[in-house]
Amino acid sequence: MKKYNIRTTISYPVKGAMGRTGNWRVFKPILDKKKCVKCLRCWIFCPEATVIRNKDDTIDIDYEYCKGCGICANVCKVKAIIMEREAQE
Amino acid sequence: MSSVMIDTGNYIAAKAAVLCKPDVVAAYPITPQTTLVEGIAKYVGTGEFKGEYICVESEHSAMAACIGASATGVRTFTGTSSHGLLLMHEMLHWAALARLPVIMCNINRVIGPGWNIWADENDSISQRDTGWIQFYCSSNQEIFDTVIQAFKIGEHEKVSLPVMISYNAFILSHTSMPVFVPDEKEIDSFLPKRIPKWKLEVENPITFGNIILPHEYEKVRKEMQDSQEYSKKLIVEISKEWKKKFGRFHGDLLELYKCEDAEYILLSMGAIGAESKVAIDNLQKNGFKVGLARVRSFRPFPSEDILKLSKQADLIVIDRNISIGSEGAIFNEVKGSIYGKSSAKVHGFIAGLGGKDVTFKDVENMCKKAINGKEKAHQVWYGLEEV
Repeated sequence: MKKYNIRTTISYPVKGAMGRTGNWRVFKPILDKKKCVKCLRCWIFCPEATVIRNKDDTIDIDYEYCKGCGICANVCKVKAIIMEREAQE
Repeated sequence: MSSVMIDTGNYIAAKAAVLCKPDVVAAYPITPQTTLVEGIAKYVGTGEFKGEYICVESEHSAMAACIGASATGVRTFTGTSSHGLLLMHEMLHWAALARLPVIMCNINRVIGPGWNIWADENDSISQRDTGWIQFYCSSNQEIFDTVIQAFKIGEHEKVSLPVMISYNAFILSHTSMPVFVPDEKEIDSFLPKRIPKWKLEVENPITFGNIILPHEYEKVRKEMQDSQEYSKKLIVEISKEWKKKFGRFHGDLLELYKCEDAEYILLSMGAIGAESKVAIDNLQKNGFKVGLARVRSFRPFPSEDILKLSKQADLIVIDRNISIGSEGAIFNEVKGSIYGKSSAKVHGFIAGLGGKDVTFKDVENMCKKAINGKEKAHQVWYGLEEV
């Protein structure tokens, strides 16, 4: 990565700049790989880039940083992702 | 080969700016700056200006557009005046804190209410804490030369700060004078292409204007201050280079005029600075030992140079601005510069507010008042003493 020799209001991309945002999660997306048709809508729509696209277009979810917003479950046409309550009652 | 162009300060500034080949000009017209941006628009028509000319809906947008463009690493220029400058205020801080060398002409004009379009320096003086380098010009030739120098100073790798070139409304902006204009090749050999200190580009993604924590923010401020300090040296070097290349010299941070053996030194700025030269000639002819130090750079402020002068002479300051509740800005800063290090007296005058004419006769009167020790007030409002 290119770094600039000046102190000003610029910042560089780093993974997890805001900390382990997975801790914010209340609902956890659970993927059923058997139902998945590799359409990649979840990968396109995930606002945090925590849906990881594998070489064969299967997907995994990065639970370190997934905030549990539920967008992936919402856009999934085959209901391969469901949101499960994660926090203890 | 240089040619001679006879034109108004604004058209001269437009010519200088276009010769520097900015990639983006974003501007909004305001009296008395209007003919400056019209001048640049004219060069779009003739094909001499090949950059992008963005017509925006306000001065805040003009500066925002210049900041955005400058952040991609290209050269930018704009111009404004008075209320336009005040509307830009937030964006002025943005440009400086982001270390983007946007170059801008500001035509000093009175601030309302009471609409008044004449010369007064309170508009740019009230932007003094934004981090911009500030030059004040006293002739059209100086405007031309300073605009080109400003790009080189602002874009210098150890400075990387925006630069404002100010000159008085109408007295310079709308007055024609002959100006030597070098040809394109000569300007190109003086002014290299901008090498940005940082830039937004797709290949190297970075974020601009993100959150910044206290201990980091303080370091950003410190580095801006260090860069302004460094520019003191650079301004001297570039004035020298300009003199060598083009044979003209308007001074360093100060322009010293007949200061040898002076027992009093007058500090004035802008058009009053030009008028002061005539006054100094007349005063010296009549036996008064007064010299002139015209303030060319207000930011960085030439504290060290003023301290040096104060060892030789008492100082007389004329301000065409007032920080209400305190005093004139130059008066205030001159005293700050010499405090505890010199025993020189500093005499302060406020003159020419609201565009009131200040002639060489007035300057002579102020100097005589100071020399005779006749001024009663802490800082004299010239012409209003009896009010």
